[in-house]
Amino acid sequence: MKYAFETIAVGLFAFLALLGVAFAKDDLFAAHMWVLFFVLLVSTVLLLRRVNFSPVTGQSADDKSGYFDEVVRYGIIATTFWGIVGFLVGVIVAFQLAFPDLNIEPWFNFGRMRPLHTSAVIFAFGGNALIATSFYVVQRTSRARLFGGELGWFVFWGYQLFIVMAATGYLLGITQSREYAEPEWYVDLWLTIVWVAYLVTFLGTIIKRKEPHIYVANWFYLAFIVTIAMLHIVNNLAVPVSFLGAKSYSAFSGVQDALTQWWYGHNAVGFFLTAGFLGMMYYFIPKQSGRPVYSYRLSIIHFWALIFLYIWAGPHHLHYTALPDWAQTLGMVFSIMLWMPSWGGMINGLMTLSGAWDKIRTDPIIRMMVIAVAFYGMSTFEGPMMSIKAVNSLSHYTDWTIGHVHSGALGWVGMISFGAIYYLVPKLWNRPRLYSMRLVNWHFWLATLGIVVYAAVLWVAGIQQGLMWREYDDQGFLVYSFAESVAAMYPYYLLRAIGGLMYLTGGVIMGWNVLMTILGHERNEAPIPGSEPVMQPAE
Amino acid sequence: MSLLDKHGIIERNATLLLVGSLVVVSIGGIVEIAPLFYLENTIEKVEGMRPYSPLELAGRNIYIREGCYTCHSQMIRPFRDEVERYGHYSLAAESMYDHPFQWGSKRTGPDLARVGSRYSNEWHVEHLKEPRSVVPESIMPSYSFLATTPLKIANVTAELNANLAVGVPYTEDMIANAEADLMAQSDPEADTSGIEERYPKAKLGDFDGNPAMVTEMDALVSYLQMLGTLVDFSTYDEAAGYR
Repeated sequence: MKYAFETIAVGLFAFLALLGVAFAKDDLFAAHMWVLFFVLLVSTVLLLRRVNFSPVTGQSADDKSGYFDEVVRYGIIATTFWGIVGFLVGVIVAFQLAFPDLNIEPWFNFGRMRPLHTSAVIFAFGGNALIATSFYVVQRTSRARLFGGELGWFVFWGYQLFIVMAATGYLLGITQSREYAEPEWYVDLWLTIVWVAYLVTFLGTIIKRKEPHIYVANWFYLAFIVTIAMLHIVNNLAVPVSFLGAKSYSAFSGVQDALTQWWYGHNAVGFFLTAGFLGMMYYFIPKQSGRPVYSYRLSIIHFWALIFLYIWAGPHHLHYTALPDWAQTLGMVFSIMLWMPSWGGMINGLMTLSGAWDKIRTDPIIRMMVIAVAFYGMSTFEGPMMSIKAVNSLSHYTDWTIGHVHSGALGWVGMISFGAIYYLVPKLWNRPRLYSMRLVNWHFWLATLGIVVYAAVLWVAGIQQGLMWREYDDQGFLVYSFAESVAAMYPYYLLRAIGGLMYLTGGVIMGWNVLMTILGHERNEAPIPGSEPVMQPAE
Repeated sequence: MSLLDKHGIIERNATLLLVGSLVVVSIGGIVEIAPLFYLENTIEKVEGMRPYSPLELAGRNIYIREGCYTCHSQMIRPFRDEVERYGHYSLAAESMYDHPFQWGSKRTGPDLARVGSRYSNEWHVEHLKEPRSVVPESIMPSYSFLATTPLKIANVTAELNANLAVGVPYTEDMIANAEADLMAQSDPEADTSGIEERYPKAKLGDFDGNPAMVTEMDALVSYLQMLGTLVDFSTYDEAAGYR
């Protein structure tokens, strides 16, 4: 029997959600439980249609490779879908800043939409990319089927449920107000369960590997999974007002709470958006370029240095605040040191192309991966620079920070994920090639130019903001009111939204390309010049 | 390099790699965060800090719900321009009862750490309903629905008790009167002597221009109007507070 137990379990939880509605202590919790009930109800119906009462026959027909790839296929589709959703919400909030009338109160005001954007991109797009690629990579590099049987499905669907609950919660107004950790206590508990299952599947696969060595990509994936578990649990410690209510109060207050949150917040960047994606880099760049990793020793040194140093960098988000000076200085020093292992990773990624540099000209996928590593290098230089207290005194609270985050997120995280998706889709669906390489090229240029516009505009905007706030006239008066600095941002906010729109367009093109490849179409097009050997007539 | 050769041991042992990573990533947090809980000079000695009144707490929860922190900081840095623009730089003591903190990370709008008592209630209500009617350059969304939404809190006592559980020093007296204090603070007819005694400097009276109903607007404005007003800076020792 297949899916009988799962169907009963999901149906039971749907019923529990309905009970949650009935006994909810507050309206928001009741509304959220309605959402949960309908999601689980639809899931139950979908599962019911798949229940199969024939005896279990072991592996299904579609994975002759011996690997559990169906969940990776779902993961790649989810990554593409959530990516486009996340970019779209980003473009909407960018236009809301330029045209405030686009705010629709109460559900679609900027304050509720902004967490939706950040979580959709970090956790829905980035998280799905990490789960899908880690499942693919760990099976290949361990030469073992994913551990835990159907547990992989639980991780995938459990994670999607987390995303839906988090996203609907924000729009309803359910938030802890902790940046990138906004979901309330019950959604956090659910994510903890899913994350433990993720660790079990991943680590279990490594343990039953047939290769003597654990491949370097898996070190990074493992460190990312373990550290995120630690950060998530500690940062979300809270006391709920009621077990049938949405609201909770965080365990820590004020200065301790601030540092705990930014210890989490910065390492959401350091481990979710860096270590995990470095794992991706260490598998997909060698694969796509056909070259081995540049330096084994460098990978050892930069791995341990990176994970050790990153965790200290949180206080640079709190320069000149009420956080004691010693903690700020410690955070700054470690942030600057962090530049070195970051560039160690960049060098290892870029130099892997030694002997295959011509592929940048001929292979748009490699080009995407290379620009990703280049943006990684750029933003891991900019970050340490901004963590210097003197620089931070100008940049903090301004749009420069937003620009910095996006050169990392759009440039590094986005581009390396796109590269991995383009590599994986033909392999996972057994297609001879992508639907169109020319569209990959279009995606590359739209995304790259979009990032350049976005980052450059926000540099100017942020520095101008910072300078306007501290400008004095020769009589010792502040020159600008705050409102004047807001008005001055209008052209920048507009241009930035256009940069984001270009990036979104690239994402939509990717969605189309992925869809057509899955459906088995091949676009009739001239190959990229130089990508195929040219026959020369014999002389 | 013999040390790097030994790395092969870790590469062949998943448990070692797991435990090793966990130990390495734990150190930074322990060294930086743990001392903040026991070093006595982390939070300055000040006079005037008190827990939020039930209405202020409700307002604060609306502030959190609407994501105000995405555009407004509550942390004035010790720079000449910030102190002139917003007031005395923020102290750690001023957010010691804040679960969670609301320092923020971005100033799309101005800092609000000391916005309390700077503008009239009418200004706040008008600004929240239609920001551009009072600040033409503003890009803030409208929050007019707050004025028409009655303040609904399932169990005020439970809210205070949850805060008590995480360390906010609500007294038995405060908890016993929580329900009554919530309603009385914005009621111009009510006897407010109890609130004034329990929550010194609390702003009293109708906030939103509609004394017939306690709305979410009342709660939010009561919170905004007390922000940064509690500490008595005439008794604050700058030198002792520096750390």
